[in-house]
Amino acid sequence: MTQSATTGAPGAPGQNAVARRGRLATLDWRRYIIYIGVVVVFLFFAVLLGDQGFLSKNNLLNIFRQTATITVIAVGMTYVIACAEIDLSVGSVAGLSSVCTAMALSRYGIAAGILAGLAVGLVIGSINGGLVSMLGIPSFLVTLGMLGIAAGIAQWITNSAPQPILNDTFNSIFGSGNIGPVPILIIWMGIFVAIGAVILAKTRFGRQVLATGGNRTAADFTGVNTKRIKFQVLLLCSVVASVAGMLYAGRLQSGRFQWGAGDELSAIAAVILGGTSLFGGAGSVVGTLMGALLIGLINNGLILAGLDTSQQQIIRGLIIILAVAMARRK
Amino acid sequence: MAATVHDTGSHRPDAQTLAVDMRGIDKAFDGVTVLQDVHFEVRRGEVHALAGGNGAGKSTLMKILQGVYSKDSGEIVLEGRPAQLSSIQDAKAAGIGMVFQEFSLVPTLTVAQNIYLTVEPRGRGRLIRDKEASRQAAEVFRTMGVDVDPDAVVGDLSTAYWQLTEIAKALAQDARVLIMDEPTASLAKHETEVLFELVARLKARGISIIYISHRMDEIYRIADRITILRDGRWLLTEPLTDVTPAQIVEGIVGRSVEGQLAYRERVAPARTEPVLEVRGLRAGSRVDDVSFSLYPGEILGLAGLMGSGRSELARALFGIDRLDGGEVLMRGRKVDLSDPGRAIKAGIALIPEDRRAQGLVLEHSVRDNLLLPLLQRVRRGPLISDRSGRALAASLIDRFDVKVAHPGRAVRLLSGGNQQKVVLAKWLGTDPDVLIMDEPTAGVDIGTKSEILGMIRALAEAGKAVIVISSEYPELLAVSDRILVLRNGTVAQELNRRDIPDEESLQLAVQGV
Repeated sequence: MTQSATTGAPGAPGQNAVARRGRLATLDWRRYIIYIGVVVVFLFFAVLLGDQGFLSKNNLLNIFRQTATITVIAVGMTYVIACAEIDLSVGSVAGLSSVCTAMALSRYGIAAGILAGLAVGLVIGSINGGLVSMLGIPSFLVTLGMLGIAAGIAQWITNSAPQPILNDTFNSIFGSGNIGPVPILIIWMGIFVAIGAVILAKTRFGRQVLATGGNRTAADFTGVNTKRIKFQVLLLCSVVASVAGMLYAGRLQSGRFQWGAGDELSAIAAVILGGTSLFGGAGSVVGTLMGALLIGLINNGLILAGLDTSQQQIIRGLIIILAVAMARRK
Repeated sequence: MAATVHDTGSHRPDAQTLAVDMRGIDKAFDGVTVLQDVHFEVRRGEVHALAGGNGAGKSTLMKILQGVYSKDSGEIVLEGRPAQLSSIQDAKAAGIGMVFQEFSLVPTLTVAQNIYLTVEPRGRGRLIRDKEASRQAAEVFRTMGVDVDPDAVVGDLSTAYWQLTEIAKALAQDARVLIMDEPTASLAKHETEVLFELVARLKARGISIIYISHRMDEIYRIADRITILRDGRWLLTEPLTDVTPAQIVEGIVGRSVEGQLAYRERVAPARTEPVLEVRGLRAGSRVDDVSFSLYPGEILGLAGLMGSGRSELARALFGIDRLDGGEVLMRGRKVDLSDPGRAIKAGIALIPEDRRAQGLVLEHSVRDNLLLPLLQRVRRGPLISDRSGRALAASLIDRFDVKVAHPGRAVRLLSGGNQQKVVLAKWLGTDPDVLIMDEPTAGVDIGTKSEILGMIRALAEAGKAVIVISSEYPELLAVSDRILVLRNGTVAQELNRRDIPDEESLQLAVQGV
């Protein structure tokens, strides 16, 4: 860090100016690397793949549509990671939520379906949060276990069969519809990002999440109830993931245990690419959106470029490592 | 620096009112009495020094005042009103602020965000107004008469700024009494001056300061009165004009802890060739021009206050911190100490201060810990030979008398004393010529303590050269043949053991008074 610039006496003339300059020099480009990355990758594909339809309106909307669900999950994940915890169960929570929504909806109607989906998030989030904050079990282990449990339940209660959703209202609200020219998925994504960004940056709850992640002892000594904060972020993350499960259900017009499988890793990648510290204490929801978009852009571009799945995976992995390496704090 | 003293207001409270009045405080942990009938009072606008040796009860008393511990009996009256302090929040609300020694700041947030954490100014829609917080923080710093950027991220600032932020945090929450625990330990000299000016300004505003320090010169410089605790009891409260440094040292040291750690006369080592020579060593901001020689079979004590550069010297000699200047010779040959691996190869071993964090892999077995630096010796081809590993570990356990049911037990399960023996055994297995021990008996019981001191003597007798760093003077006096007194990163004095009549003279030498 800027140790050499700021070891001087407090109040010494010029010291603050030096500190401030040092801060700009160190933070400036690293904090914004993800924005730069999105622009650079976009321009790169625009030049290279402009002829293959990369710049067509349809393709650009597609990129957003494909990243929307991951982005919603990643907004919740931002809180968890900023609080120095992790939630590996989000993908299977989304899957279980999609099946529960579909099953309740076909029997009791649309309201019951939505409530069933949210209930999945509430129940699993409470269990995750309770085990982590009350019993002090590391969230990595709790949610790793929950990943298996939720996925297993989803597969078991459906006998591995997809659960079709025939309710058009549900399908159009949760993913298939459009408002004017804008796909509704993008609206959902926008709402989650906007609310998530304001709460994290501008409310006492958000500030206490960052404080708990940055130095739990200090937060405790300052009067932050860090147990409650940890419980709340894990609950919030699960509920958000259950909404994402309904977005899968609406877009694909069915509930299925595979929906969301593996999303935890994409969401974590988006969060970290977006500048949220894996060690907690710093986080940005807008950054997370950018991280998700970067991944979406790369996926889309590589497909248009005609690379096969194996090559896509390799290149995606390389870009993620490169971006995180460049964005890391010293 | 910060030369402009801002108007500190005309608020001048009655100096005779007691800001803090603790009467007849008793406290015991698990039946062990820690405080017994302790009295402690602080006037408004007073800087009151609190002194006492290790285990005198200073920190327990302060934790009671902060609401961290609850008293067993006694009374606390703050500004004339009886107070119930059953949580940190209670104490804060009553106007008690603490400048924590391990800082209570979140490094990833800005200065202003830290100051107002949990009490952020909010505007429409209950959203935090960070600009307003910044402005208010700047105002607090202005009344403190210091210049700190409220928007700087705390993690990017040096410790001096952290401390100012801590003080601002307490003041912003309207603290009337500030507890400062060794506040200068991590500050450079000019930063200390800034702190002292600030203390004077706070005092003029009627804020009381409880100042815990081992440094006599600082106490005399800024404190009005001093209270000394000894062995959990109140000893005296006096204006500093009425006591001499020698009286304070005598009060702190007392006569109760001797006996157990008596000096044992050893055959003085024959001064042949020095095994280790250090010339003009400089490293970081704490080690500045240190020179000394160490002879085979000698035990050299390093004494000094916190922040005098004791531990940093050890780190530099073991290749953890980079050397900025000077040279180190082992048996007359210059050695390269750029990393611990090279230091080990040169024949130096360090037993670090924090054995749990730096000396042991707590989850691993005693045997695995012992063998970690010795894997070369139990190899068979490319593999580790289980049989010779077991034999070597068993012999070390035997030789150092580690009390463990089975060598496969996790080190975590051992007592502090036995853990320390494992660390010792582990490093002595590498057969070093020079062994540096940083606070070797910290946190072990008195029985194990004398065992460890016995071990140190036995090592010296076997021809090893040992450097012992300790803040416990009886311990240094018990084992050392020679003592170097460090002050401000350099050797201030070199004393032969037989020229030191008692603990007080060593204390006085360390204090430099």
